[in-house]
Amino acid sequence: MNIAKLDRRSEHAWEIPKRGRMRVPAVVYASEALVREMDEKVAEQITNVACLPGIVEAAYAMPDAHWGYGFPIGGVAAFDPEAGGVVSAGGVGFDISCGVRALKTGLRAKDVERVRQHLARRLSEIIPAGVGSTGELHLSDDDLDKMLENGARWAVERGYGRPEDLDRIEEMGRMAGAIPSEISRQARRRQQDEMGTLGSGNHYMEVQRVSLVYDVKTAEALGFSPGDVIVSLHCGSRGLGHQVGTEFVQRMAEAAPKFGIDLPERDLACAPLQSPLAKAYLGAMRAAINCALANRQILTQLARRAFAEVLPQAELTIFYDVSHNTCKLEEHEVGGRRRPLFVHRKGATRAFGPGRPELPEALRGFGQPVLIGGTMGTASHILLGTPESETRAFASAAHGAGRAMSRHEAARHWSGSRLVKELAQRGILVESPSMRGIAEEAPGAYKDVDAVALATEKAGLARRLLRLEPMVCVKG
Amino acid sequence: MPLIATTQNNRARWEHFPHGADVGVRGIGASRDEAFVQAALALTAAVCEPERVKAVRKVPVSCEAADEQILLAAWLNTVIEEMSARKMLFSRFSLQSRGLRLSAVLEGEEVDRLRHAPAVEPKGATLTALRVARENGLWTAQCVVDV
Repeated sequence: MNIAKLDRRSEHAWEIPKRGRMRVPAVVYASEALVREMDEKVAEQITNVACLPGIVEAAYAMPDAHWGYGFPIGGVAAFDPEAGGVVSAGGVGFDISCGVRALKTGLRAKDVERVRQHLARRLSEIIPAGVGSTGELHLSDDDLDKMLENGARWAVERGYGRPEDLDRIEEMGRMAGAIPSEISRQARRRQQDEMGTLGSGNHYMEVQRVSLVYDVKTAEALGFSPGDVIVSLHCGSRGLGHQVGTEFVQRMAEAAPKFGIDLPERDLACAPLQSPLAKAYLGAMRAAINCALANRQILTQLARRAFAEVLPQAELTIFYDVSHNTCKLEEHEVGGRRRPLFVHRKGATRAFGPGRPELPEALRGFGQPVLIGGTMGTASHILLGTPESETRAFASAAHGAGRAMSRHEAARHWSGSRLVKELAQRGILVESPSMRGIAEEAPGAYKDVDAVALATEKAGLARRLLRLEPMVCVKG
Repeated sequence: MPLIATTQNNRARWEHFPHGADVGVRGIGASRDEAFVQAALALTAAVCEPERVKAVRKVPVSCEAADEQILLAAWLNTVIEEMSARKMLFSRFSLQSRGLRLSAVLEGEEVDRLRHAPAVEPKGATLTALRVARENGLWTAQCVVDV
């Protein structure tokens, strides 16, 4: 990104001033190095977001932002329903409620090192991953309705997990306001055999060790120390969410002229929040959020099965589950008063500060955990929301390393099998059916995740707590 | 540099074009229908080599849209829906369109993870870089697919 076109607000905040059709400015939170590395398309897309009706304050890009469709990945925008605001299916994306879940294990790295091969093999055998994979459940239409209404609670009732798991999931495991009747026959068809599947691309299940603790006192209070083993999983709402996104992007794009909305880019497809189309989308999107929460809940239980076989002393408990492709109705202070706003986060993590009632009681004093998923060869990070986070980007932070290179280019640069060997030499076991998929997901195809986490902290979006390094990675 | 695959008549072909996180698919052909078919082949090629997919089962489909551009996205999304729901990959497409409606027969087989080694799962065809146009006597149909 050409920094000459940006006004530097502070060391880690860069403004694209309001001009032309922009209703608000756009702000990029990142270090100078990360901004320079960003594609020009990020500036173009976040500028387009700033043109949407009813947008409040500014359109924001996170430190891991990269070229997406409609919104950049790492884009955040809030809309006021009382000021002609909109909901955008393109602003949430196809993988509705894609997110990360982190599980504590009670294990130390040395416990895993002894059985790493066996654990990797059993995880890859038990976790359905990759194109064409199916789960162990086949859902009837009635089952689907219950799942879409109740999310992870439904999964726990079906024996996938424990009631206390729900306390550590956003929305307590169930997104209110879901309207299962808005889920089409096509979306149901795509999901009936896909519950408890990981997917492919950048989705993964990783066994990680805590390699660095940034805040020892808080980490101890939360039960973490260096060398602890954590399991992280990254996936979303599978075929159902993809279909909901597909259908509503098309419907909203076709309806935009009727609403008098002149879209700067068709993938910014949106509808006024007061319209029946917006209400239908919100009902369907919330049902898809429940699908994602149920999916990650089932995968959690499958991980428990694998660990019970290989390391029976392990006790997998959920630390936190956070989604990073959503639109949620939240209260934020804007212009000196608290207002209900529809906050879109596309590839961005919610980062509420301490005290927010939305946080689980056990975490309320610490701030919302922000789970930044990295690559199979570098690191992931756990951060916490702060009171300062609440004053930035509607309490939002980065969600991942962020791609720095296209899949196409990555597949030409790296060999999947060579990468697997190199990572094994470094003690990281990768299980995947596709060597081309591994090449496309090469660690070098992503930004420096440590730099992203640092910029997230320096920009005041969240503070770093833990750095996690992969030991085993299961990919689709 | 786009990745190019040329079919027998040396005019119809597909390409991939780079996108930050996802993949751009482009079909080129003598007619709009042929360009749409090539774009669908590019979609399959984002997952695995189309030559590895045997045409052993036929799936009839149809779709429509409000304009020609969105018709391309609707077509690719119809293929993606069948890939996802049937756990299949497709390598042969017979397509006929009239105005803003089209019907087609997809031919392919169920995913074989060892033989196909699928790299990514298409989630949906986006409206980004969406273009359906006739230039220099050839039709181009392209968009970015979220994977």
